[in-house]
Amino acid sequence: MTKSISPRKSELLSAKPRINAGRKPTPFHPRQVEKCETNDWTLWAGYSVPNSYHSVELEYFSIRNGATLYDISPMCKYRIKGPDAERFMNRFVPRDVKKIKPGRVAYAIWCNDEGHILDDGTIFRFGPDDFRLCSQERQYAWLMDSALGFNVEILDETDDIAALQFQGPTTFAILEAMGIKGVETLKPFDHKNFPFAGTELMVSRTGFTGDLGYELWIEPGKALELWDALMAAGADRTISPIGSLALDMARIEAGFIQPTVDFLHAEHVVRHTRGRSPFELGLDWQVDFGKGHFTGRRALLKEKEGNSSRYCFVGLEIEGNKPAHNALVYHKQKKEIGHITSAVWSPTMKNNLAMALLQRPFGVDIQEDLWVEIYVDKELKWDRVMAKAKIVDRPFFNPPRKRLTPPARF
Amino acid sequence: MTTRYDTIVIGAGHNGLTCAAYLAKAGKKVLVLEAKDRIGGMAITEPTEDGVLIPTCAHLLYQLHPDVIRDLNLNLKMAASSLPTIALGSDGRHLKILGETLTAMNGADLSSKDQENYTQVMRDLKKFARVLGALLGQKPPRLKNRDWEDTKTLLKLGLSIRMMGRKSMQEFLRIALLNIADQLEDHLENDLLMGVTAMEAVWGTHLAPRSPGSVLSLMYRLAGSMEGTQGAIGIPAGGMGKVSEALEQAATRAGATIRTNAPVKSLLVENDTVIGVELESGEKLLANSVASSADPQRTFLSLLGAEHLDAGFTRRLNKIRNRGDAAKVNLVLDGLPEFNGLSQQDLAAKLVIAPSINYIEKAFNHAKYGEFSEHPALEITLPTVVDPASSRSNKHVLSIVAQYAPYQLKAGWSEEQRADLGEAVIRTLEAYAPNIRKQIVSQQVLTPSDLEQLFNVTGGHWHHLEIQVDQLLMMRPLHGTAQYETPIGGLFLCGAGAHPGGNVTGAPGMNAAQRILSRKG
Ligand SMILES: Cc1cc2nc3c(=O)[nH]c(=O)nc-3n(C[C@H](O)[C@H](O)[C@H](O)COP(=O)(O)OP(=O)(O)OC[C@H]3O[C@@H](n4cnc5c(N)ncnc54)[C@H](O)[C@@H]3O)c2cc1C
Repeated sequence: MTKSISPRKSELLSAKPRINAGRKPTPFHPRQVEKCETNDWTLWAGYSVPNSYHSVELEYFSIRNGATLYDISPMCKYRIKGPDAERFMNRFVPRDVKKIKPGRVAYAIWCNDEGHILDDGTIFRFGPDDFRLCSQERQYAWLMDSALGFNVEILDETDDIAALQFQGPTTFAILEAMGIKGVETLKPFDHKNFPFAGTELMVSRTGFTGDLGYELWIEPGKALELWDALMAAGADRTISPIGSLALDMARIEAGFIQPTVDFLHAEHVVRHTRGRSPFELGLDWQVDFGKGHFTGRRALLKEKEGNSSRYCFVGLEIEGNKPAHNALVYHKQKKEIGHITSAVWSPTMKNNLAMALLQRPFGVDIQEDLWVEIYVDKELKWDRVMAKAKIVDRPFFNPPRKRLTPPARF
Repeated sequence: MTTRYDTIVIGAGHNGLTCAAYLAKAGKKVLVLEAKDRIGGMAITEPTEDGVLIPTCAHLLYQLHPDVIRDLNLNLKMAASSLPTIALGSDGRHLKILGETLTAMNGADLSSKDQENYTQVMRDLKKFARVLGALLGQKPPRLKNRDWEDTKTLLKLGLSIRMMGRKSMQEFLRIALLNIADQLEDHLENDLLMGVTAMEAVWGTHLAPRSPGSVLSLMYRLAGSMEGTQGAIGIPAGGMGKVSEALEQAATRAGATIRTNAPVKSLLVENDTVIGVELESGEKLLANSVASSADPQRTFLSLLGAEHLDAGFTRRLNKIRNRGDAAKVNLVLDGLPEFNGLSQQDLAAKLVIAPSINYIEKAFNHAKYGEFSEHPALEITLPTVVDPASSRSNKHVLSIVAQYAPYQLKAGWSEEQRADLGEAVIRTLEAYAPNIRKQIVSQQVLTPSDLEQLFNVTGGHWHHLEIQVDQLLMMRPLHGTAQYETPIGGLFLCGAGAHPGGNVTGAPGMNAAQRILSRKG
């Protein structure tokens, strides 16, 4: 037998899952291995997930023009049940959980005692005393600490549920084609269970792309069946799995912040001044001072009343087409006033977008004459570009199809 | 709901009463609510059917703050205010200690070197303790957002450390976090002397002589004084309960109302401010502020409720060290006990069974693993001898603190375990007083778990929570409660769980009252 020096593609594909020691495969892993031509994997909360499958750009365009599968099984999922569940949740997050009705989902952040954000995520309400909290990072310890004095049961369901983010204009049509009856009634932030493959498929009209789309939740044993059914039903509608890099482009267009990118978990930072309050991340709307106490409330009230927020989080449109990754922001091209946390050249909007953290009063009282210093690599010759930036509202990308119920059948 | 009080004080232990007395004296409308049918908390004297008075829990007075006595005009007579300590040796050769003077009894070993060094060691410790003592009667300074008063307190503390002179200052800083065993073994050689001195450092704590921080805890104990003598110990005429009664009178005299059998179920909160209390009976009472002398976990978790607190705060609260390790055993005897090598007069003393540092360490080992000591260290007083008026018959009382008996017993505290603990104490006594068993008419054994039940103190802890560097001064009971304030408006702490700590001192109650009075608005 002769040894080939470079393996052929078929060999690559049939190879064992490429999982580094200590990383777990998700329930979708076998399909991902088949599809992942770039073999570019990343770590997410202990799991390996693809950064990309074949081409980040094509994957991105599938989000905006077709349907995409993004594996969110590593998403940390915590079930919170019991007589005090609502009281517990209301003490846990700054927003008013009473307003989230069963069958609904809500975006939420939560803070430490100093009013600095620990993480963000979504709250699913199943019943009066039954919630699920989903977050990118592990939160079990903080949840357990928060449970002291409350009659609740907290279960880590992360490994018990496989999940896909199913996003793009054709997703609704594909779900219908798959025979999911009644999915047209789902309004944004609704969730509902549907029979599928002899089990329950939970569909929520949620996502991280700012487009029409759903998140699909199923028992791990049925994960591959779900994947296959979606791929089959979507064959005519440009369906494609996507990795984290394409998703990231879409989430910046949607103006969503991301933990570890736009802010750091306040209890993980070494320098305690690195914590960020909701007011410093443009999340004022998350803070309900009128609903009673929640962790961080007194600190946040003090910050609000004392007008002592240090930062202001803004969306920027920047001149030119060079994404302003990690760039510094200046006032009048001179005074350094902040930095870019996320940046993308938006292929859909044909615009150079970014989110930035500015030192107040910049971004609040002073909004004009902002500049971003971008370093551009021209074949190992670095140029410094001072690009003019303009504060704009987020979401940058906000198509009507995202909200339409029933959604259009693209 | 007609009346609105200026302050409602929760708990009529001696600190709650002190706080109430100060507030009432300043013209405030004060109501004290006590869960039990009597006032006094852990500082009480109770009559038995045998016609004797028993100091159910605390039995010796050594730290009642002089300002409290003076400001509140306490009517307090002492049966004895300078009791000697006798370290019992099993062979009848004991050591008597009064102040810095040592006496070898019945030919006990005592070198002149030990005599001399003991004096020096104690003088140093007392000198350092005075530095701490200056802080007992003040609100602890804040480190962040401090006001001028806090800065002054900090400066004074720094200054008094500096004023000790360079050498003393170095010594203070060296030993403050040391363990008492190292410190004693550096200077002394007599086992009995080291045992009794080391034990002084660890009564009421979850520490043994080799635990770091035990020097600090000794300094805390030595920071107090009796009738001007630092480190002196005494017993009030009529027993420890008289301190509480005197405080009750002072409070009532000043116009405070005291209600017993009035357990507070919860605090009433409106707009993130405590506005009153609800009793178990359902009765609601309103006040501009509430001062709680209930222990911190009880105050925050059961009375206020975690939903009014931040999660980081309740996490820290849940971790405070508040598990008692001292049991109380009260024996009624049919007559005077006979201890080997002690005369009748000698019984008017504090007797200590802690014959060596290793004896204590071995006793502590059990506690580390959730067992009680087979050979506990004992602190024994005979209140009926010191204060003959406290017995109406020829019966006598042995009041005994026994260490170690952990709150969380591995096997769980049961009737049987309690009886076994009582037996271990009696067996230990028998080595020094062989006939004692026959003399016992009745006995009361109170484990930390019993103390918790009896006195409504979570963990049954002597100081409500450990006196340790991380639970001291502005860190007491925990970060986020500086200067008797709490995270929520209108709620203050005024019991042993607040600065400076436990023992019958009145200091937390006094300081808290002053803090409440100095509040703006
Ligand atoms: C075994 C033992 C021996 C000791 N020996 C000594 C000693 O010899 N000398 C010494 O100085 N110290 C001694 N101490 C320590 C001393 O007794 C305490 O530190 C001191 O009594 C604490 O006083 P306090 O007023 O702060 O609290 P406590 O005396 O504990 O009083 C608190 C009061 O609050 C009440 N309360 C609690 N919850 C409620 C509620 N919800 N509603 C209404 N009321 C409530 C309780 O019933 C209690 O009466 C000893 C302690 C122990 C355990």
